[in-house]
Order: sequence, then structure tokens, then C-alpha cells
Amino acid sequence: MPAVVAAIPLGYLVLRLSQSDPERLLASLWRTRTLELAANSLGLSATVAIGCLVIGIPTAWAITRLRLPLPGLWRAVATLPLAIPSYVAAFAWVATWPGLSGFWPTAAVMTLACAPYVTLPVAAALTMADSRYADAARTLGADPTRVLLRVTLPRIAPAAAAGALLAALYTLADFGAVSILRFETLTWGVHSAFEGSLDRVLAAALSAVLVTMAFVFVAVEQLMRRRAARVVPATGAEPTTLSGTPRSRVIAIAGLLLVAALSIGIPLGALVVRLVGGVGIEFDWPRLAESTASTLGLGVAGAAVAVILALPIATLAARYRSTVGALLESVAYLGHVVPGVVVGLSLVVFTLSIAPALYQTVFALVFAYGVLFLPKALGSSRSAIQSVPPALEDTSRTLGLGRLTTWWRVTARIAIPGIAAGGLLAAVTAMKELPATLMLRPIGVETLATELWQKTAIAAYGAATPYAIALVIVASIPTFLLARSGYRS
Amino acid sequence: MRALRPTIALAAAALVLTGCSVSPAAPDADEESTLVVYSGRDEELVGPLLDAFEAESGITVKVRYATSVEMAAQLLEEGDRTPAQVFLSQEPGALGALSAEGLLTELPSDITDSVDPQYTSTDGTWVGLTGRARVIAYDGDELTADEVPTSVFDLTDPRWRGQVGIAPSNASFQSFVTALRVLEGEDATEAWLRGLVANEAQIFPRNGAILEAVNTGAIDVGLINHYYWFQQAAEVGAQNMRAQLQYGEPGTSSALVNVTGIGILAGSADDAAALEFVRYLLSAEGQDYFVTQTTEYSVVPGGPTPADAPALDDIRGPELDFADLADLDGTIALLQKVGLL
Repeated sequence: MPAVVAAIPLGYLVLRLSQSDPERLLASLWRTRTLELAANSLGLSATVAIGCLVIGIPTAWAITRLRLPLPGLWRAVATLPLAIPSYVAAFAWVATWPGLSGFWPTAAVMTLACAPYVTLPVAAALTMADSRYADAARTLGADPTRVLLRVTLPRIAPAAAAGALLAALYTLADFGAVSILRFETLTWGVHSAFEGSLDRVLAAALSAVLVTMAFVFVAVEQLMRRRAARVVPATGAEPTTLSGTPRSRVIAIAGLLLVAALSIGIPLGALVVRLVGGVGIEFDWPRLAESTASTLGLGVAGAAVAVILALPIATLAARYRSTVGALLESVAYLGHVVPGVVVGLSLVVFTLSIAPALYQTVFALVFAYGVLFLPKALGSSRSAIQSVPPALEDTSRTLGLGRLTTWWRVTARIAIPGIAAGGLLAAVTAMKELPATLMLRPIGVETLATELWQKTAIAAYGAATPYAIALVIVASIPTFLLARSGYRS
Repeated sequence: MRALRPTIALAAAALVLTGCSVSPAAPDADEESTLVVYSGRDEELVGPLLDAFEAESGITVKVRYATSVEMAAQLLEEGDRTPAQVFLSQEPGALGALSAEGLLTELPSDITDSVDPQYTSTDGTWVGLTGRARVIAYDGDELTADEVPTSVFDLTDPRWRGQVGIAPSNASFQSFVTALRVLEGEDATEAWLRGLVANEAQIFPRNGAILEAVNTGAIDVGLINHYYWFQQAAEVGAQNMRAQLQYGEPGTSSALVNVTGIGILAGSADDAAALEFVRYLLSAEGQDYFVTQTTEYSVVPGGPTPADAPALDDIRGPELDFADLADLDGTIALLQKVGLL
């Protein structure tokens, strides 16, 4: 059932493509332009994924293994970029440096925004991984570099790969940042196809190219995971915290500060400058409060639905190395790269044909969030369930408990931090969601994202600023919870 | 489970709360008094006018805001199951697409006749509401008005290399290209577009972003609609605007005046509230609002003129029938051919 739900956007694509004239479809697809857009998307996603690994792994290592002053602060700082929508970050950079555009600025902004996708799971893996293996390697005479390469990295590789995959998929589907920084990707192409010509077939065709690309990413990640060592959970042993030399701590802090300044400082700074600089800005406090409340409510409810949908798939994917499990997981991820406009339309069609009475009600919107952000909940739930020793489940079964009772009382109980982290990640993303919200929200309900969109559409950037700041603050709440829970085993 | 329980409770509470505060789109008992509007125009621009209509008519107006094109795509998917009675569009293209699918009803002649025939549909399935002029926005710190061309064709000059901002995916730019094809011919239009590409024109997603780039000095000139400037000037003060506007040479294609429009969905053909709403927007009061509040042009003969912008008669858009702008597919194909889409 959850897999069927996750496949709604894909089903819509198949429906649209099957209704089209294949010759015309091929003609509009088979152009150098499509290749150019596809190459741009691929290059950008791969660069962002690599960039996130380069920033995320050292960050995760520094905040979990080094004895830094104010550890909670660094964890929060490393997670906070998640609370800043990529379109807000991109807007802030362009506002600060007018004319900024093209591949490298886009890659940089997306990398800074997505790095926590890698930092979080890697930090969790580092905390859970039994450091006695590393200690054993050290006592057997391996130097630190060798320990890192041969013992530590293979253990965090699945987590890092899952994070990099999320970053890559997020980049593939992103429209906000690429449109502001004017780097033409496939998602841009999909939007162009809609705008002006309302070409739903070309849009569906380009989306299908995106899905194919995502399929390659997902396959690579699954391959890496299969080859990687299974994370053996710590059995009571506290992970070693290195005190580190003063010099290494200074370097670590400087690095963390630099990343924080670029990913948090610049966006927030630019917003505040705008807020202070505007003259004709009127504050509509009740409206701001109302949209803040609906953003919170819808985000939390949507995340809960996403977790409920994700758990069965995560359990299957973690416990059974079957083709079916892998396939289900892929489908859940693939739906994620379909651009928001297309997902929105697919849910319009779905709701109207299954439950027309719920069309444009809160329920349909929350359900849509569940479908959209299922993948966010999936990755960390899966690795959390994977890290529960199967022996414990077997013990429970031999003691006479049923399959479901065992799952509920043993598996879920141990995996809860990972599952909760997935839910929080889904909540943060749902709060920033725009295209599906625009189509499916009940009339009169505004979220901070829709308010922000309305203001920036007419170039009222000053008036948009309070909503942007409120959005960052609201999204910080689950982010901080994530920072607190996500790093603990 | 300790951690999960509060989350579920919170989620349930959130659902109930949002569910209660907003009644779902259930049919109202008194259908006559409710009107559902899909608006492709921004709330900032039309919201106050809809409030005024509500107060005057006693009809409850429920509005859904999104971009015109996304809204049209949504209406196409909804078909006859749409909750909307009226579609207010920023572009004639979106209305044309719905009309072509038979989703709009023919409007009564007292409505269609009240609008200047130059600025409305030919088949009466939608009417023009307001006009907006195509302009060249330029960096007032770097350039004086007489340095800025009044013809878009001069922008392929090497003088403007890498300095021209355009939004090829934007519907108003596409309408403009269609007008060029009609007025100047296919070859001249293609040559101009290729000239822009060769001259390293900067590609933007929409008009607002172009104005922002000109206003910050990132580029020298950009092709936009006139009222974006007035909107931003209202926020930061006209004297603080770095960007300035150059209107096209009167009577030429560069002085094109495009329209926004409104149509009634096929299922609401006889809906009194929908008709009253359309008549209100075309009334003296409605037109006056657009002219004074959003600095757009009235398309009703004898309508008011904005105070700060040049009069519609002075802009003198080219002789053009809006029905001729229907060939959007040809424009898309051309833009794709030259690599702008």
C-alpha cells in the first residue's frame, strides 16, 4: 500500500506519456537542448553530492569525535542550514552579490544547503559504530590514516552514501535555487514547458528523463550499500572521544565557523539587511502568526504521515535483501525527484478520482506531504532498523511474541531515534514545500512558503522578508530537535 | 515508544486544529452567495479589490492564488470537477489554452462589448481586464534615457553584450515574441532572437528577477512589463529606484501593450455571482482600482489613465489583433529552435 501511494507521481507520468503522440514526443525530446539540460542536472547533482561528502564527513567527525567546547552549539550549527530553504539562501546570495549566476555558484549554494543531509547520518553512524574496532586496529600498529581508511570510513560509508543520495535527489528536483541563480537544469525545463505553452506532455517527458537519472543515482547507492560493511552497533562501549591537540581543535572550530558563516550567516544577514532597509513595509502580525501556525501544523502532520508510510518499506528494505524490497525503496525515492509542479498535478488527479470530497482540504494536503517526503523518513528509518541486531528479534520470536508485536516492542523501540530523525527531516522539508501546497491547500490557508512566494513574485522583497525569517525560525524547531536526537544512538 | 507518542499526539492535534479552523471546500447551503475564484494574479495586486467587491455585493469570495499557468494546468486536470467558477489570469495565453479545451463559457455580449476590441478575445470566451506595456528597464546610474534604445532590435548591438536580461520561459515575453512574428515576420524575429543569444543575453526565470538585476546594477537593461517597476517603487520609494523605464517607440512592436483577462468556467455559465463579479471588474470602480493601485491601463473605452505612467494613447501600441497572438506553439517552437527554451 505505501509503495502504491509513493508511486502516484510516477503513475501520473505514465498516464500523461501514454496519452501523447509518440512522434511529437520524440521530436520535442530528441534535441541538443534536452541533452544540455540533462548534462547540467547530472553535473550539478554529482558535484553537490561530492561537495556534501567533503563538508559533511569532516563536520560529522569533528562534532562527534573531538572534544569541542559547547558541543551542543556545534551540533545545532551543523544542522541549521536545513532550516533555510534553498530559494531563500540563493536569494540572499544574489541580493548580496548581484549578478551571481551559473554552475559554480549554484553548486556552492546547494552544497551548503544540503551538507546536513550527509552530516546527520554520518554523525549518527560514528556515534553508533563501535570504536573498539578502531582501537584494536591502532593497537595492532595501524597508523591513524590507515585506521580511517580501512576501519572507520567503511563503517560510515552506507550512511554517507544515503546522505549523498538525498542531497543529489534534492538537487535534481530543486527549482528555487537554480531559477534564482539562473542555471538551466531539467527541472527548469519542466517549468518552462508549463509556463507559456502549458505543454503537459513535454513536461512529463522531461520529468521522465529526471526519473531515469534518479534511478541511476539510487542504483549506485544501493550497490555501494550492498558492498559496504554492516554497521555493528555498539554494545555498551562508549565511543572514544579524542581530546585532540589544541591545534587540531582550533582548525576544526575554524572550519565549522567558516561553513556556518557561508551557509547560515550570509542568508540570515542578507534577510536582516533587507528588513532594516525597506521603507514601505507594513507588518501584518495576525497574518504572520496565522501562516506560522498552519506551517507548523501541516508540517508536523505531514511528517507523521510520511513516517507511517515509510516504516513498512524501511523494515522490508532493512531486513530482507530481496529484489522486491530494493524495488519498493527505489520507487519511493524516484517519486521524490519528480518536480513539485508535476507531483502537485498528479495529486490533483489522484484526489479528484479517489476522494473528490477531500479535494483541496487539509487532509489531501497532509497526505500529499506524506507522499512527497516519504523518502526523507525512509533513509534514516531503514538504517536505524538495520542496526537493530536481528538476534534480539529472533530471541523475542522464540519467546513467543508475534512478528508485529516483536517489531513494535523490540525493533521500533531500539530504532526510535533514527525513525524520529527521519520524521523531523520530513517535517523540516514539508514546512518549506511550495508547488504542491499552492495547488492542494484549502482556499484561504496560507503557509509561510506560499506567503513568501506571493511577495517575491511581485518583487516585493522587503515585504517577503518577515515571512522568510519566520520560516527559518519555524523550520529551526524540528532542526534543533534533530540536532539533539540525531547524533545520539 | 516514549519519543514517538508525543509526536503522534501533536500531529493529530495539528490535523484537528487546522481542520477545524478552516472548513473544507464543502458546498455551501446558500450557493448563490459564494464565489470561488482561481486567481493567477497576486493577492497583493487584486486582494483589496476582491474585498471591496465582497463588501459591496454581499457575495462571499473564496480565492485561490497561484501563477496563471500552474492554475491553468490545474484547471485542465480538474476539468468539469473544478470547484472554481471564475479564472482571473495574468496572461491571455492561459485563458486561450482553457478556451481551446472548451473549459470556458461564452460571455454575454454586454460584457464582451464593453471592452476595447483591441484588448480582448475574438470568440467572447474571455475578456481583457487591464493592459500592461512592454518596456526596457535600464540602470539609471550608468545610463541616461537617450542612451537607451526605444527599439528592442537595437539590443543585439555589441554595445549591450552580456548586458540584456530576458525571461524566455515567461508568458509575457512569449506573447511579445508572438507579436513580433505577426508584425515583423518570422525571419526578422528569428534573426533578432539569434542576435540576442549571440550577444550573450542573460536568461532570467521571470520579470521580477530581471528588474532586481537591473536595480542592483548586475545588468544594464532588461525587457519587462511596466507595472513591475511601479510595484517596487511603491515599496522602496520612486526616488530610490536605480532602474528606470524606457517605453518603446510609439506605434512599433517595441511598444506592445499586453492584457490580463478573466473567464467564467463552463460549469458556471449561468452563475449570477460570477457574472456580477466580471461586470464589477469592468465597472468604473474596478477599472479605477487597477489604474490607481497597480498602475495598469484600463481597457474599457473612456476609462481612467494612471497618474505617473504615460497614457495608453501616448504609448500607442502597434495595430494588432489579440486573436493573432494565439499561435503560442509556433513561438515555443521558434524559441526552442534558437535554443532559448
